[in-house]
Amino acid sequence: MQDEKWGSGQTERFEQVVLAHLDAAYNLARWLVRKPQDAEDIIQEAYLRAFKFFGGYQGGDARAWVLKIVRNTSYSFLEKNRPASLVEEFDETIHTAVSEQSGVEGALLQSVDSQMLRDALDELPVNFREVIVLRELEGMSYQEIAELLAIPIGTVMSGLARARKQLKERLIRMRAEEGQRGLRK
Amino acid sequence: MACENSEHLLRAYFDGELDLVRSLAFEEHLKTCPRCAAELREQQALRDSLRTAHLYEPAPDRLRARVRAALPAQARPQTVSTTRRPLIEWLAIAAAILIAVFLGVKAIPDIGGQKQNLLAEEIVASHIRSLQPGHLMDVESTDQHTVKPWFDGKLDFAPPVVDLATQGFPLVGGRLDYIGRRNVAALVYQRQKHFINLFIWPEEKSGAKLPEVQTIQGYNVVSWSGKAMDYFAVSDLNSSELGQFANLLSR
Repeated sequence: MQDEKWGSGQTERFEQVVLAHLDAAYNLARWLVRKPQDAEDIIQEAYLRAFKFFGGYQGGDARAWVLKIVRNTSYSFLEKNRPASLVEEFDETIHTAVSEQSGVEGALLQSVDSQMLRDALDELPVNFREVIVLRELEGMSYQEIAELLAIPIGTVMSGLARARKQLKERLIRMRAEEGQRGLRK
Repeated sequence: MACENSEHLLRAYFDGELDLVRSLAFEEHLKTCPRCAAELREQQALRDSLRTAHLYEPAPDRLRARVRAALPAQARPQTVSTTRRPLIEWLAIAAAILIAVFLGVKAIPDIGGQKQNLLAEEIVASHIRSLQPGHLMDVESTDQHTVKPWFDGKLDFAPPVVDLATQGFPLVGGRLDYIGRRNVAALVYQRQKHFINLFIWPEEKSGAKLPEVQTIQGYNVVSWSGKAMDYFAVSDLNSSELGQFANLLSR
Protein backbone atom coordinates (compact mmCIF):
# COMPACT_ATOMS: atom_id res chain seq x y z
CA MET A 1 0.00 0.00 0.00
CA GLN A 2 1.92 3.01 -1.15
CA ASP A 3 -0.83 5.11 -2.60
CA GLU A 4 -0.01 8.71 -3.34
CA LYS A 5 -3.59 9.73 -2.77
CA TRP A 6 -3.53 9.67 1.02
CA GLY A 7 -5.79 12.12 2.76
CA SER A 8 -4.56 14.77 5.17
CA GLY A 9 -5.62 12.52 8.08
CA GLN A 10 -2.98 10.02 7.12
CA THR A 11 -0.34 12.77 6.90
CA GLU A 12 -1.39 13.96 10.34
CA ARG A 13 -1.09 10.47 11.73
CA PHE A 14 2.32 10.14 10.15
CA GLU A 15 3.35 13.36 11.90
CA GLN A 16 2.17 12.03 15.26
CA VAL A 17 3.53 8.53 14.93
CA VAL A 18 6.73 8.92 12.94
CA LEU A 19 7.90 12.52 13.10
CA ALA A 20 7.61 12.33 16.89
CA HIS A 21 10.69 10.10 16.82
CA LEU A 22 12.89 12.34 14.68
CA ASP A 23 15.37 12.99 17.50
CA ALA A 24 15.87 9.28 18.12
CA ALA A 25 16.19 8.73 14.37
CA TYR A 26 18.80 11.45 13.89
CA ASN A 27 20.76 10.47 16.99
CA LEU A 28 21.11 6.90 15.73
CA ALA A 29 22.05 7.92 12.17
CA ARG A 30 24.48 10.54 13.45
CA TRP A 31 26.32 8.01 15.59
CA LEU A 32 26.29 5.30 12.91
CA VAL A 33 27.71 7.44 10.09
CA ARG A 34 29.46 10.02 12.32
CA LYS A 35 29.11 12.97 9.93
CA PRO A 36 26.20 15.37 10.57
CA GLN A 37 25.63 16.14 6.89
CA ASP A 38 25.52 12.45 5.93
CA ALA A 39 23.17 11.79 8.83
CA GLU A 40 20.79 14.51 7.65
CA ASP A 41 20.69 13.08 4.13
CA ILE A 42 20.06 9.62 5.53
CA ILE A 43 17.19 10.85 7.67
CA GLN A 44 15.65 12.62 4.73
CA GLU A 45 15.80 9.42 2.69
CA ALA A 46 14.65 7.21 5.58
CA TYR A 47 11.64 9.42 6.24
CA LEU A 48 10.59 9.37 2.62
CA ARG A 49 10.86 5.59 2.78
CA ALA A 50 8.89 5.52 6.01
CA PHE A 51 6.21 7.62 4.42
CA LYS A 52 6.05 5.33 1.45
CA PHE A 53 5.67 2.24 3.60
CA PHE A 54 3.51 3.82 6.28
CA GLY A 55 0.51 1.85 5.00
CA GLY A 56 2.30 -1.30 6.10
CA TYR A 57 2.81 -0.04 9.64
CA GLN A 58 0.46 -2.09 11.80
CA GLY A 59 0.63 -0.10 15.02
CA GLY A 60 2.95 -1.16 17.84
CA ASP A 61 6.27 0.41 18.74
CA ALA A 62 6.60 3.33 16.30
CA ARG A 63 10.08 4.24 17.50
CA ALA A 64 11.30 0.73 16.73
CA TRP A 65 9.63 0.87 13.33
CA VAL A 66 11.29 4.19 12.49
CA LEU A 67 14.68 3.16 13.86
CA LYS A 68 14.63 -0.03 11.80
CA ILE A 69 14.24 2.01 8.61
CA VAL A 70 16.89 4.52 9.71
CA ARG A 71 19.26 1.71 10.54
CA ASN A 72 18.79 -0.01 7.18
CA THR A 73 19.30 3.26 5.35
CA SER A 74 22.43 4.02 7.39
CA TYR A 75 23.99 0.62 6.78
CA SER A 76 23.23 0.79 3.04
CA PHE A 77 24.98 4.15 3.02
CA LEU A 78 28.00 2.73 4.85
CA GLU A 79 28.18 -0.32 2.56
CA LYS A 80 28.19 1.91 -0.46
CA ASN A 81 30.44 4.69 0.74
CA ARG A 82 32.59 3.31 3.54
CA PRO A 83 32.64 -0.50 3.31
CA ALA A 84 35.81 -0.66 5.40
CA SER A 85 33.93 0.66 8.43
CA LEU A 86 31.70 -2.43 8.45
CA VAL A 87 34.26 -5.20 8.77
CA GLU A 88 34.03 -5.74 12.51
CA GLU A 89 30.99 -7.76 13.47
CA PHE A 90 29.80 -9.15 16.76
CA ASP A 91 31.87 -12.15 17.63
CA GLU A 92 30.25 -14.30 20.25
CA THR A 93 33.22 -16.59 20.59
CA ILE A 94 35.35 -13.98 22.33
CA HIS A 95 34.64 -14.20 26.00
CA THR A 96 34.59 -11.02 28.03
CA ALA A 97 35.56 -11.62 31.61
CA VAL A 98 34.71 -9.31 34.45
CA SER A 99 37.61 -6.91 34.65
CA GLU A 100 40.37 -8.27 36.86
CA GLN A 101 41.94 -5.04 37.97
CA SER A 102 39.09 -3.10 39.52
CA GLY A 103 38.96 0.09 41.49
CA VAL A 104 41.55 2.37 39.92
CA GLU A 105 39.67 2.69 36.65
CA GLY A 106 36.49 3.88 38.26
CA ALA A 107 38.27 7.00 39.46
CA LEU A 108 39.90 7.47 36.05
CA LEU A 109 36.57 7.25 34.28
CA GLN A 110 34.96 9.85 36.46
CA SER A 111 37.38 12.52 35.28
CA VAL A 112 37.19 12.06 31.49
CA ASP A 113 35.88 15.08 29.65
CA SER A 114 33.07 14.83 27.15
CA GLN A 115 35.23 15.44 24.07
CA MET A 116 37.38 12.48 25.01
CA LEU A 117 34.31 10.34 25.51
CA ARG A 118 32.91 11.44 22.16
CA ASP A 119 36.19 10.55 20.43
CA ALA A 120 36.40 7.19 22.17
CA LEU A 121 32.84 6.31 21.15
CA ASP A 122 33.47 7.45 17.58
CA GLU A 123 36.49 5.14 17.41
CA LEU A 124 34.54 2.01 18.38
CA PRO A 125 33.55 -0.45 15.64
CA VAL A 126 30.14 0.51 14.31
CA ASN A 127 28.27 -2.41 15.91
CA PHE A 128 29.67 -1.60 19.32
CA ARG A 129 28.91 2.07 18.91
CA GLU A 130 25.39 1.14 17.97
CA VAL A 131 24.58 -0.94 21.05
CA ILE A 132 26.05 1.70 23.37
CA VAL A 133 23.97 4.42 21.70
CA LEU A 134 20.78 2.34 21.83
CA ARG A 135 21.26 1.27 25.43
CA GLU A 136 22.87 4.30 27.08
CA LEU A 137 21.61 7.23 25.03
CA GLU A 138 18.29 5.91 23.77
CA GLY A 139 17.55 3.93 26.95
CA MET A 140 16.33 0.81 25.12
CA SER A 141 15.97 -2.55 26.87
CA TYR A 142 17.80 -5.73 25.76
CA GLN A 143 14.56 -6.99 24.25
CA GLU A 144 14.01 -3.81 22.24
CA ILE A 145 17.59 -3.80 20.97
CA ALA A 146 17.39 -7.51 20.10
CA GLU A 147 14.27 -6.94 18.02
CA LEU A 148 15.70 -3.90 16.28
CA LEU A 149 18.98 -5.62 15.40
CA ALA A 150 17.30 -8.97 14.76
CA ILE A 151 19.78 -10.81 16.98
CA PRO A 152 19.26 -12.93 20.13
CA ILE A 153 19.14 -11.21 23.53
CA GLY A 154 22.27 -13.11 24.58
CA THR A 155 24.15 -11.53 21.69
CA VAL A 156 22.94 -8.08 22.73
CA MET A 157 24.21 -8.74 26.22
CA SER A 158 27.63 -10.00 25.20
CA GLY A 159 27.99 -7.31 22.53
CA LEU A 160 27.17 -4.63 25.05
CA ALA A 161 29.70 -6.06 27.52
CA ARG A 162 32.44 -6.08 24.88
CA ALA A 163 31.50 -2.60 23.69
CA ARG A 164 31.70 -1.21 27.22
CA LYS A 165 34.99 -2.93 27.84
CA GLN A 166 36.51 -1.52 24.64
CA LEU A 167 35.17 1.93 25.40
CA LYS A 168 36.67 1.81 28.86
CA GLU A 169 40.04 0.62 27.55
CA ARG A 170 40.13 3.38 24.95
CA LEU A 171 39.35 5.98 27.57
CA ILE A 172 42.07 4.71 29.85
CA ARG A 173 44.56 4.73 26.96
CA MET A 174 43.54 8.27 26.00
CA ARG A 175 43.91 9.42 29.58
CA ALA A 176 47.40 7.93 29.76
CA GLU A 177 48.44 9.63 26.50
CA GLU A 178 47.07 12.92 27.73
CA GLY A 179 49.02 12.49 30.97
CA GLN A 180 52.25 11.91 29.04
CA ARG A 181 51.72 14.98 26.90
CA GLY A 182 51.12 16.94 30.09
CA LEU A 183 54.44 15.77 31.53
CA ARG A 184 56.45 16.74 28.47
CA LYS A 185 55.24 20.33 28.59
CA MET B 1 25.65 -17.28 45.07
CA ALA B 2 28.95 -18.22 43.50
CA CYS B 3 30.75 -15.24 42.08
CA GLU B 4 31.82 -17.10 38.94
CA ASN B 5 28.19 -17.28 37.85
CA SER B 6 27.37 -13.72 38.67
CA GLU B 7 28.91 -12.03 35.63
CA HIS B 8 25.71 -12.30 33.60
CA LEU B 9 23.63 -11.34 36.60
CA LEU B 10 25.77 -8.29 37.19
CA ARG B 11 25.22 -7.04 33.64
CA ALA B 12 21.52 -7.75 33.74
CA TYR B 13 21.21 -6.10 37.15
CA PHE B 14 23.15 -3.07 35.97
CA ASP B 15 20.85 -2.70 32.96
CA GLY B 16 17.65 -3.12 34.99
CA GLU B 17 16.84 -6.42 33.29
CA LEU B 18 16.38 -8.60 36.40
CA ASP B 19 13.00 -9.24 37.94
CA LEU B 20 12.45 -8.09 41.51
CA VAL B 21 13.28 -11.42 43.17
CA ARG B 22 16.56 -11.95 41.33
CA SER B 23 17.40 -8.31 41.72
CA LEU B 24 17.07 -8.51 45.50
CA ALA B 25 19.07 -11.73 45.57
CA PHE B 26 21.84 -10.05 43.62
CA GLU B 27 21.84 -7.08 45.99
CA GLU B 28 22.37 -9.56 48.84
CA HIS B 29 25.32 -11.02 46.94
CA LEU B 30 26.77 -7.55 46.41
CA LYS B 31 26.96 -6.96 50.15
CA THR B 32 29.36 -9.83 50.57
CA CYS B 33 31.29 -9.62 47.31
CA PRO B 34 33.73 -6.70 47.04
CA ARG B 35 34.77 -7.83 43.55
CA CYS B 36 31.27 -7.54 42.11
CA ALA B 37 30.65 -4.33 44.03
CA ALA B 38 33.80 -2.77 42.55
CA GLU B 39 32.89 -3.92 39.03
CA LEU B 40 29.43 -2.42 39.44
CA ARG B 41 30.90 0.91 40.60
CA GLU B 42 33.16 0.94 37.57
CA GLN B 43 30.27 0.29 35.18
CA GLN B 44 28.32 3.03 36.91
CA ALA B 45 31.24 5.46 36.52
CA LEU B 46 31.32 4.78 32.78
CA ARG B 47 27.57 5.26 32.50
CA ASP B 48 27.69 8.46 34.55
CA SER B 49 30.32 9.95 32.30
CA LEU B 50 28.35 8.91 29.20
CA ARG B 51 25.27 10.59 30.58
CA THR B 52 26.89 13.81 31.68
CA ALA B 53 28.78 14.23 28.40
CA HIS B 54 25.67 15.29 26.45
CA LEU B 55 26.31 12.83 23.67
CA TYR B 56 22.69 12.66 22.53
CA GLU B 57 22.35 14.37 19.17
CA PRO B 58 18.84 15.79 18.74
CA ALA B 59 17.70 16.54 15.18
CA PRO B 60 18.64 20.07 14.09
CA ASP B 61 15.64 22.32 13.46
CA ARG B 62 16.54 22.73 9.81
CA LEU B 63 16.32 18.95 9.35
CA ARG B 64 12.89 18.86 10.96
CA ALA B 65 11.79 21.57 8.55
CA ARG B 66 13.39 19.80 5.60
CA VAL B 67 11.69 16.48 6.37
CA ARG B 68 8.31 18.17 6.91
CA ALA B 69 8.62 20.13 3.69
CA ALA B 70 9.31 16.99 1.69
CA LEU B 71 6.34 15.03 3.01
CA PRO B 72 3.11 16.84 2.12
CA ALA B 73 4.26 17.09 -1.51
CA GLN B 74 4.15 13.30 -1.58
CA ALA B 75 0.98 13.09 0.41
CA ARG B 76 -1.13 15.32 -1.79
CA PRO B 77 -2.26 14.27 -5.22
CA GLN B 78 -0.44 16.11 -8.01
CA THR B 79 -2.10 19.50 -8.71
CA VAL B 80 -5.83 18.88 -9.00
CA SER B 81 -6.82 19.27 -12.62
CA THR B 82 -9.76 21.46 -13.48
CA THR B 83 -11.00 19.18 -16.20
CA ARG B 84 -13.63 16.65 -15.21
CA ARG B 85 -12.29 13.43 -13.83
CA PRO B 86 -13.45 10.28 -15.52
CA LEU B 87 -15.64 8.04 -13.37
CA ILE B 88 -12.92 5.43 -13.05
CA GLU B 89 -10.65 7.96 -11.29
CA TRP B 90 -13.35 8.83 -8.78
CA LEU B 91 -13.79 5.13 -8.09
CA ALA B 92 -10.06 4.79 -7.55
CA ILE B 93 -10.10 7.67 -5.08
CA ALA B 94 -13.06 6.19 -3.23
CA ALA B 95 -11.24 2.86 -3.04
CA ALA B 96 -8.11 4.57 -1.72
CA ILE B 97 -10.13 6.31 1.00
CA LEU B 98 -11.82 3.05 1.96
CA ILE B 99 -8.46 1.30 2.20
CA ALA B 100 -7.00 4.15 4.25
CA VAL B 101 -9.96 3.98 6.65
CA PHE B 102 -9.65 0.22 6.88
CA LEU B 103 -5.93 0.43 7.63
CA GLY B 104 -6.53 3.17 10.15
CA VAL B 105 -8.96 0.98 12.04
CA LYS B 106 -6.70 -2.05 11.85
CA ALA B 107 -3.73 -0.10 13.14
CA ILE B 108 -5.34 0.53 16.54
CA PRO B 109 -3.90 -2.17 18.77
CA ASP B 110 -6.34 -4.45 20.49
CA ILE B 111 -5.87 -4.09 24.24
CA GLY B 112 -8.22 -4.98 27.03
CA GLY B 113 -11.57 -3.30 27.47
CA GLN B 114 -12.79 -0.74 24.98
CA LYS B 115 -13.14 2.01 27.58
CA GLN B 116 -9.67 1.49 29.02
CA ASN B 117 -8.41 1.40 25.45
CA LEU B 118 -9.90 4.77 24.58
CA LEU B 119 -8.63 6.26 27.81
CA ALA B 120 -5.11 5.04 27.15
CA GLU B 121 -5.22 6.50 23.64
CA GLU B 122 -6.42 9.80 25.02
CA ILE B 123 -3.51 9.71 27.46
CA VAL B 124 -0.99 9.08 24.69
CA ALA B 125 -2.50 11.91 22.61
CA SER B 126 -2.23 14.23 25.60
CA HIS B 127 1.37 13.13 26.17
CA ILE B 128 2.29 13.91 22.55
CA ARG B 129 0.52 17.27 22.74
CA SER B 130 2.33 18.12 25.96
CA LEU B 131 5.70 17.63 24.25
CA GLN B 132 5.00 20.33 21.70
CA PRO B 133 6.86 23.55 22.58
CA GLY B 134 5.44 25.39 25.58
CA HIS B 135 2.84 22.76 26.49
CA LEU B 136 4.68 20.58 28.94
CA MET B 137 4.37 22.47 32.21
CA ASP B 138 2.22 25.10 33.86
CA VAL B 139 4.35 25.12 36.97
CA GLU B 140 8.02 24.41 36.57
CA SER B 141 9.68 23.22 39.71
CA THR B 142 11.69 20.36 41.03
CA ASP B 143 10.25 20.98 44.48
CA GLN B 144 7.26 18.84 45.42
CA HIS B 145 6.28 21.51 47.99
CA THR B 146 5.89 24.03 45.17
CA VAL B 147 4.11 21.73 42.75
CA LYS B 148 1.56 20.31 45.19
CA PRO B 149 0.10 23.63 46.46
CA TRP B 150 -0.02 24.90 42.89
CA PHE B 151 -2.92 22.51 42.26
CA ASP B 152 -4.93 23.97 45.20
CA GLY B 153 -8.16 25.49 43.95
CA LYS B 154 -7.57 24.16 40.44
CA LEU B 155 -8.75 20.62 41.14
CA ASP B 156 -11.42 19.09 43.36
CA PHE B 157 -8.86 16.69 44.83
CA ALA B 158 -5.30 16.87 46.14
CA PRO B 159 -2.94 14.78 44.01
CA PRO B 160 -0.07 13.11 45.85
CA VAL B 161 3.20 14.68 44.64
CA VAL B 162 6.40 12.72 45.22
CA ASP B 163 9.87 13.55 43.99
CA LEU B 164 11.92 10.57 42.84
CA ALA B 165 15.16 12.41 42.06
CA THR B 166 17.25 10.12 44.22
CA GLN B 167 15.86 7.12 42.31
CA GLY B 168 16.76 8.73 38.98
CA PHE B 169 13.33 10.15 38.08
CA PRO B 170 13.45 13.84 39.06
CA LEU B 171 10.17 15.75 39.20
CA VAL B 172 10.36 18.70 36.82
CA GLY B 173 6.90 20.25 37.00
CA GLY B 174 3.17 19.88 36.69
CA ARG B 175 0.15 21.08 34.75
CA LEU B 176 -3.61 20.81 34.55
CA ASP B 177 -4.98 18.49 31.90
CA TYR B 178 -8.35 17.22 30.76
CA ILE B 179 -8.76 13.46 30.41
CA GLY B 180 -11.86 11.25 30.42
CA ARG B 181 -14.11 14.32 30.69
CA ARG B 182 -12.60 15.65 33.88
CA ASN B 183 -9.78 17.88 35.07
CA VAL B 184 -6.79 15.85 36.13
CA ALA B 185 -3.36 16.50 37.54
CA ALA B 186 -0.41 15.87 35.24
CA LEU B 187 3.00 15.61 36.89
CA VAL B 188 6.07 15.69 34.71
CA TYR B 189 9.13 13.59 35.53
CA GLN B 190 12.31 13.16 33.62
CA ARG B 191 14.53 10.15 32.99
CA GLN B 192 17.65 11.21 31.07
CA LYS B 193 16.26 12.52 27.76
CA HIS B 194 12.80 11.08 28.32
CA PHE B 195 9.82 12.87 29.78
CA ILE B 196 7.22 10.95 31.75
CA ASN B 197 3.73 12.34 32.13
CA LEU B 198 1.96 11.02 35.23
CA PHE B 199 -1.80 11.59 35.16
CA ILE B 200 -3.69 11.37 38.45
CA TRP B 201 -7.38 11.54 39.33
CA PRO B 202 -9.65 10.07 42.06
CA GLU B 203 -10.29 6.39 41.41
CA GLU B 204 -13.42 5.40 39.55
CA LYS B 205 -13.65 1.90 40.96
CA SER B 206 -12.41 1.38 44.49
CA GLY B 207 -9.64 -1.10 45.17
CA ALA B 208 -5.95 -1.22 44.40
CA LYS B 209 -4.79 -2.41 40.98
CA LEU B 210 -1.22 -3.45 40.25
CA PRO B 211 0.74 -1.67 37.48
CA GLU B 212 -0.04 -2.92 33.96
CA VAL B 213 1.94 -1.97 30.87
CA GLN B 214 0.64 -1.50 27.34
CA THR B 215 2.15 0.02 24.21
CA ILE B 216 0.35 2.50 22.02
CA GLN B 217 1.96 4.15 18.98
CA GLY B 218 5.37 3.33 20.36
CA TYR B 219 4.69 4.89 23.74
CA ASN B 220 4.53 2.82 26.88
CA VAL B 221 1.58 3.38 29.17
CA VAL B 222 1.47 2.01 32.71
CA SER B 223 -1.73 2.21 34.73
CA TRP B 224 -2.44 1.35 38.34
CA SER B 225 -4.67 2.32 41.25
CA GLY B 226 -4.00 2.85 44.92
CA LYS B 227 -4.53 5.30 47.78
CA ALA B 228 -7.94 6.18 46.28
CA MET B 229 -6.38 7.46 43.05
CA ASP B 230 -6.07 6.17 39.49
CA TYR B 231 -2.66 6.64 37.88
CA PHE B 232 -1.50 6.59 34.27
CA ALA B 233 2.19 7.05 33.43
CA VAL B 234 3.14 7.51 29.78
CA SER B 235 6.52 7.92 28.12
CA ASP B 236 8.74 6.83 25.26
CA LEU B 237 10.99 5.41 27.96
CA ASN B 238 11.44 1.63 27.70
CA SER B 239 8.87 -0.48 29.48
CA SER B 240 11.21 -1.89 32.13
CA GLU B 241 12.29 1.53 33.39
CA LEU B 242 8.76 2.90 33.19
CA GLY B 243 7.65 -0.17 35.16
CA GLN B 244 10.29 0.61 37.75
CA PHE B 245 8.93 4.17 37.96
CA ALA B 246 5.40 2.82 38.52
CA ASN B 247 6.64 0.39 41.15
CA LEU B 248 8.32 3.18 43.09
CA LEU B 249 5.11 5.20 43.13
CA SER B 250 2.69 2.38 43.79
CA ARG B 251 4.52 1.14 46.87
